Amino acid sequence: MSDTTSYPTKTGSECCCKGSSRRGFFLTLGVGLNVVAGSLLAVPILGYVLSSFRRQAPGQWISLGPVGQFPSGTTRLATYRNPVHRPWDGKTADIPCWVRSIDGSKFQVFAINCAHLGCPVRWFEQSRLFLCPCHGGAYYEDGSRASGPPPRGLFEYAYKVEKGALWVKGGFIPTLARPLSDA
Amino acid sequence: MLRQLQQIAQWFDDRLHLTKLFASTAGHRVPKSSGSWFYVFGSGTMLCLMLQLVTGTCLAFVYVPSADEAYTTLEYLTYEQPLGWYLRALHYWGSNFMLGIMSLHMAQVFLFGAYKYPRELTWITGVLLLFVTLGLAFTGQVMRFDQDAYWGLGIGTAIMGRVPVIGADLVNLMLAGPIIAGETLSRFFTLHVFILPGTILALIGVHLRLVLTKGINEYPKPGVPVQRETYVEEYEKLVEKEGVAFVPGAISKDLYFSAFVMFAIATCAAVFGPKGPEGVPDPTYIQTAPQPDFFFLWVYSVAALLPPYTETVVLLVGPAVGVLALLALPFISNTGEKSARRRPVAVLTVLVAFLGLGLLTWAGLTSPWSPHMQAWTSDPTPAAFVKGRSPLELQGALVLQNKQCRNCHALDGVGGHRGPDLSTVATRLTRDQLVRQVIQGGGNMPAYGKNLSPAEVDALVAFMMTLHPANELPARDATLSARRSP
Repeated sequence: MSDTTSYPTKTGSECCCKGSSRRGFFLTLGVGLNVVAGSLLAVPILGYVLSSFRRQAPGQWISLGPVGQFPSGTTRLATYRNPVHRPWDGKTADIPCWVRSIDGSKFQVFAINCAHLGCPVRWFEQSRLFLCPCHGGAYYEDGSRASGPPPRGLFEYAYKVEKGALWVKGGFIPTLARPLSDA
Repeated sequence: MLRQLQQIAQWFDDRLHLTKLFASTAGHRVPKSSGSWFYVFGSGTMLCLMLQLVTGTCLAFVYVPSADEAYTTLEYLTYEQPLGWYLRALHYWGSNFMLGIMSLHMAQVFLFGAYKYPRELTWITGVLLLFVTLGLAFTGQVMRFDQDAYWGLGIGTAIMGRVPVIGADLVNLMLAGPIIAGETLSRFFTLHVFILPGTILALIGVHLRLVLTKGINEYPKPGVPVQRETYVEEYEKLVEKEGVAFVPGAISKDLYFSAFVMFAIATCAAVFGPKGPEGVPDPTYIQTAPQPDFFFLWVYSVAALLPPYTETVVLLVGPAVGVLALLALPFISNTGEKSARRRPVAVLTVLVAFLGLGLLTWAGLTSPWSPHMQAWTSDPTPAAFVKGRSPLELQGALVLQNKQCRNCHALDGVGGHRGPDLSTVATRLTRDQLVRQVIQGGGNMPAYGKNLSPAEVDALVAFMMTLHPANELPARDATLSARRSP
């Protein structure tokens, strides 16, 4: 580990002569050049890595298919292909959501993610409740919080009916920091 | 011949300075007292890391970190690749052992006061190593890209989304996009395979260098406190007087322990096999009840047991306080007694920490707060609860089953445990209280007023009024009976 090779070095008194200030200048210049060149490389690298540290484009309108799939008075699972996806996403870009058809023309569309910690909530037709399998959050049929740890009701998509199809505005996983109402 | 071999060895030694390297590292002098069974956990942890590097590299030969194909390659690894299941099992059990032995190591250096002057940095790098290892454990859980991994990422996302101001940006940074998908897995793969292992090796370099420069902690004696003025001198004297070379003087117990750990990992891997993969990570398949891996179960429990209004603060501030406390420890308690025999608070701290983590983990394993999503269709009503009941009461038993009450309420211990077991509910609540509880809910129960007809409530409550032991009367309204009695 210890370095036994020794090189001839200038003693302290020699360091004060003119030659050494010249040497000092070139040393500073050398360090400076490396700092500049290093930053030049670091900026694009950091830009590449941190490129996702920005809010992505706002939500987009996504079709859930013909309105007829959601008869009045039912709450059904619908799925859509996330508008932002990559060719290698496989099934992970297929996103489910709960569609509640109030009377066939008025709807409520809820994110699958529990507002507590994001687990997938399940609809129970008989007791008209959404239950979360993780920590037992429960929501009423209109998405409002019924009981358990969730700090709020289910995340709800904005929707519209156009050309006989039901559309929702989304495209990202909803969180407390960015609920679907921000879409 | 022997002479020639010796010459070759000397030639290499002359070029590589191996003898000197050995003398200043493995052969450095340590206090004889450090050759103790309590001192084997550090080398045990490092052994696990080496094993993880080897098995992890082997898995990377086959594994494809693509959201589309990771699951297929995991199944291929587990069922088709020769010995693939065993390598997966070794990597999984290696990680469990690494975290376990690391915890023991940490408890030991804490109880032996090894973090005190002049070994503050040794402790701090150790704390950083703990966090990097936890990072490896979490990202490793994501590599097993199944339903648990997908929803585990969902939980991470939800926690990130609670950070004020930059929460939404952090979610994007963590997922590398708006949803949990292909780029998320690539990101976690890079962390798990390049960034975190690189960091851990660098930190171990510093950690071990500090063990060499500042020496390993001597077995502490009660009544011999650390004093900044004299400690280093005394330690040097001790090492000089009764020190031994670590190799071969003090390493034998480490060797026994290493062999034991390897046997144990090999055995666990062979007997219990790898974990999962459990279910294609298809978010549209929602019949799933995600659970984190063993070492994060306690976090899962904390998230369930905290009062909701404290949750964001505890989930975000709690870890920060924990990290700061661990990093500040060597400066808060820099000198003084080292021996656990004179440090009751330290002993208590370790006991409370291990008991707390243990109990929370156990709670996570049983997770009584999770509803049993299939209980209402799969758990039969015990025969004793329907025998001899009136038609109205039987109708109530059906309501209890059909309205998913069983998902949270057990009958005779069978069913969900989120709410109280209803086997003897009539002894606790009067008829009116039962009606009120069903209709209005409260105390963590949803209100069923809108979803039950008056007839259904009547039947349900009539059934619940029968739920009391034969020799115990149902609860009565004390004020009513008082008025009637005279």
